[in-house]
Amino acid sequence: MLLIPCPWCGPRDEIEFSYGGEAHIAYPAEPDELSDAQWADFLFMRHNPKGDFSERWYHSSGCRRWFNVIRSTVTHEIRAVYRVGEPPPEAGS
Amino acid sequence: MAPRRLSSGGEVDRDTRLPFRFNGTSYEGFAGDTLASALLANGVDVVASSPIQQRPRGVMTAGIEEPSAFVEITAPTIDVITPATTVELEPGLVAAGRSGIGRLPPNGRPSPRRCEPRNAHVDMLVVGGGIAGLRTAVEAVEAGEDVILVDERSRLGGNPFWSAQESAATERIAKSVARLEESPEAVVLRRATALGLYDDGYVVVHERSLPVERLWHVRARRVVLATGLHERPIPFRDNDRPGVMLASSVVEYLQRFAVLCGQRAVVFTATDSAYAAARALRDAGATVEAIVDVRSDSSAQRGARSDGFNLLSGSTIAGTEGDPSVSAVHVTDGVRRHTFDADLLAVSGGWNPVLQLYRAIGGGLRYDEKSASFAPAGGGPRWLEVQGAAAGEIPSSAPYWFVPDEDLSRHYVDMQRDATVADLIEALGIGFRSAEHVKRYTYIGTAVDQGRTSSVATAEVVNQLLGWDPGAQGPTNSRPPYSPVSFSALAGVATGSLFDPARVTQIHQWHRDHGAVFEDVGQWKRPWYYPHAREDLQAAVKRECLAVRNGAGVMDATTLGKIEVVGPDAPAFLDLMYTNIMSSLRVGSIRYGLMLGLDGMVMDDGVVMRLGEDRFMLTTTTGGAAKVLDHFEEWLQTEWTHLRVYCTSVTEQWTTVAVAGPNARDVVRSLGTDVDLTVEAFPWMTVRAGTVAGVPSRIARVSFSGELAYELNVAGRHGLSLWKAVVEAGRPFDITPYGTETMHVLRAEKGYVIVGQDTDGTVTPHDLGMSWIVSDKKRDFIGRRSLRRPDIRRSERKQLVGLLPHDRDAVVPEGAQIISEDTDALSIPMIGHITSSYRSAILHRSFALALVARGRELYGRTLFASVPGRTFPVTVTEPVFYDPEGARRDG
Repeated sequence: MLLIPCPWCGPRDEIEFSYGGEAHIAYPAEPDELSDAQWADFLFMRHNPKGDFSERWYHSSGCRRWFNVIRSTVTHEIRAVYRVGEPPPEAGS
Repeated sequence: MAPRRLSSGGEVDRDTRLPFRFNGTSYEGFAGDTLASALLANGVDVVASSPIQQRPRGVMTAGIEEPSAFVEITAPTIDVITPATTVELEPGLVAAGRSGIGRLPPNGRPSPRRCEPRNAHVDMLVVGGGIAGLRTAVEAVEAGEDVILVDERSRLGGNPFWSAQESAATERIAKSVARLEESPEAVVLRRATALGLYDDGYVVVHERSLPVERLWHVRARRVVLATGLHERPIPFRDNDRPGVMLASSVVEYLQRFAVLCGQRAVVFTATDSAYAAARALRDAGATVEAIVDVRSDSSAQRGARSDGFNLLSGSTIAGTEGDPSVSAVHVTDGVRRHTFDADLLAVSGGWNPVLQLYRAIGGGLRYDEKSASFAPAGGGPRWLEVQGAAAGEIPSSAPYWFVPDEDLSRHYVDMQRDATVADLIEALGIGFRSAEHVKRYTYIGTAVDQGRTSSVATAEVVNQLLGWDPGAQGPTNSRPPYSPVSFSALAGVATGSLFDPARVTQIHQWHRDHGAVFEDVGQWKRPWYYPHAREDLQAAVKRECLAVRNGAGVMDATTLGKIEVVGPDAPAFLDLMYTNIMSSLRVGSIRYGLMLGLDGMVMDDGVVMRLGEDRFMLTTTTGGAAKVLDHFEEWLQTEWTHLRVYCTSVTEQWTTVAVAGPNARDVVRSLGTDVDLTVEAFPWMTVRAGTVAGVPSRIARVSFSGELAYELNVAGRHGLSLWKAVVEAGRPFDITPYGTETMHVLRAEKGYVIVGQDTDGTVTPHDLGMSWIVSDKKRDFIGRRSLRRPDIRRSERKQLVGLLPHDRDAVVPEGAQIISEDTDALSIPMIGHITSSYRSAILHRSFALALVARGRELYGRTLFASVPGRTFPVTVTEPVFYDPEGARRDG
């Protein structure tokens, strides 16, 4: 069970959180202008890297805030945590 | 077999005699015994028979690595299957041998074990209380750290085989233990097994304390594994015979329990450590017939020769004889063969570091040539380290994996699976190469002990048979739990009513007092129906349905999710969330709404009430309330952060009492209200604030039954008194409380869907025939773009229809498949399925809702609903069965 450092509450057990999938996938400004293939890409296609991955977590049983996490999919190590709207920290920082 | 207890020595308390029963016979042991040591002391050689071949099996080891002597405990506690070597003898213990497969206690018998969870946060958790673990823990405590040290044994100090070889060790161990126990920063847990290591230093520890066991959830900044070594056996012919034991175990039984496992022993070894066993046996009065060493020469051999042992170097065991336990041992040097009369064969094939926990969390292994074993190679999480022998301080051993023989079918590798070297050869013959594949073919390592003595052996036998180098592939991975743990320990106190919280409304006790049968909806307890004397479900629901259709009914609708959405941008936000327009709703009006996922599929439904320009209250399905609130928060926090909208769950703040039926207006009027109830002043789909029965109330004209209905919302604390007032005021109108089953029937008669029953996450509004609710005026809403995807527009999609069974009394089971012809063919296209199916009291017949491919083109056609053993002819209709004009609802 991960120990997730919520940017609002500090480190808490993973059971307090919900997973939100890949981060930084913006809702298209003009969905109607996308082709079916482009819309399907937005809707269904996600990266699945071996290594660092930007993902969203939701402190659903805590402060109920969404935030972003950079986590290694190999070691599950959490490299960085940042609030919605903040830029991802530089790699290695 | 004669008793084997020595008259003096050991750590047992000879003054405390403990009677116990094993396989129906009474025995006696001493305080300090394990069941295994007590059985050996009493001369019980055969503990269990093997699981497949029913071969007699005895005690082979003195610890958790035991692959052979499994027992079931039935008193004073219950253990389905456990090694006899880890069972501490206690008064009244009742046990029986088990052949590798556990047996659950009879149904309905609660476990007598009690277990409670406990949480701890520490700087360091040390697994293993041997010399290395104690040293590490003491150092951490002296550096000011909080430490928990756990050890699976009842005593600290590690494997006594090692500590006994160092005269100062006992004193050092005692000093370290005392230092930890006097330190407030340290917690020492005996009989405590680390079941598994998980991310970020999370460790689950099972402490078999009495009278209450504990399951510790430890979060540690650092975890140190000082898990030591397990000695390994060597497969040879009939190596499973009782009397064949690990050499270090023979010493442990002697030193701790004063049990001399044999009078005439042969020692078989690939490492120097077994020589200590030979000396200990001789010192205790046994005859050591021979030391058989697979190696040609070593300093230990020279020492043993000069000490007068009969040393046979470069030799192996050709087999054992006995009925059933060992009476003779055959030895060969490849040319000549000796037979020794012996009742004990002490074996050591070398030592394996105990690294199951380390590997399962990602630690790597390297082959250590000197010890012919696998040592940590790093690669695990940063918070984890391995100390002591397990880290690589491993005694030298020859890489000797099995005794060559023309017949390998009794060279047991995994005793609990009765799997032999011959089985490994068969697996390789089939073409398997990886130890992981071989494991799955032979089942080696899949039993209760998870291959503690067999997984390295399997990998190395396979390496050797394939002509690969030793260590070319390592042992299979084993997963938590490290050793068996009962479900009652894992469940702890979270059983019965504590297993999952139950949510009840303020009216719950009234429902109970009036005989309601309850249904679980999510975590809510909802009245399902209210049977009168001798009524079954069908009779009660018929009565309740007719009461609502012809008079008046009352239902507790509190569990419907209620969310307040407030803020200047609330109207715009709701337009994005629902398929229809909510911003145009007038204050005091209500609109039904449908919510889609991004994929265009129906996610939830409910009504939206506009309470003010910037204030809405909406309802969700009972089970969907939390999901809808989360959905709103996700969009507000991650996408449309500029919208000034605040969402609050108010489900439990309001009690909702639904009064429905042609007499509903009269009932509400009788309650006493300052709200004008005339249809002109208060039409369908509006909401009014006022007083009802003297209580501030919000009254909504919404109807899920299709009848004239008022939903009375009052503060939770007034809920019960309002309900009682409604029942009292309704008495002249024969008002009838009704439950969820009646609600379901009534709404289905009207063709109102239930999200999650008539939909399953693959259903669009168009599939439901609800295109009218999908706005084409809005620029966007969640799911809108997906409704244009080609798959969504396929004409052959399943569509919601009504079905009327030709047999008016037949209620087709929900889930029944729809087929287009009644045939005995084994394969026929399934074109749909029944989603709701009931008996209608008002229609005097059964009816159903179904999702059927191209269903709306099939009105009037006969299809067939099929379940195993019966096929029902049904006619396809529109999915509205009662009052299609809605005149009754409009009231």
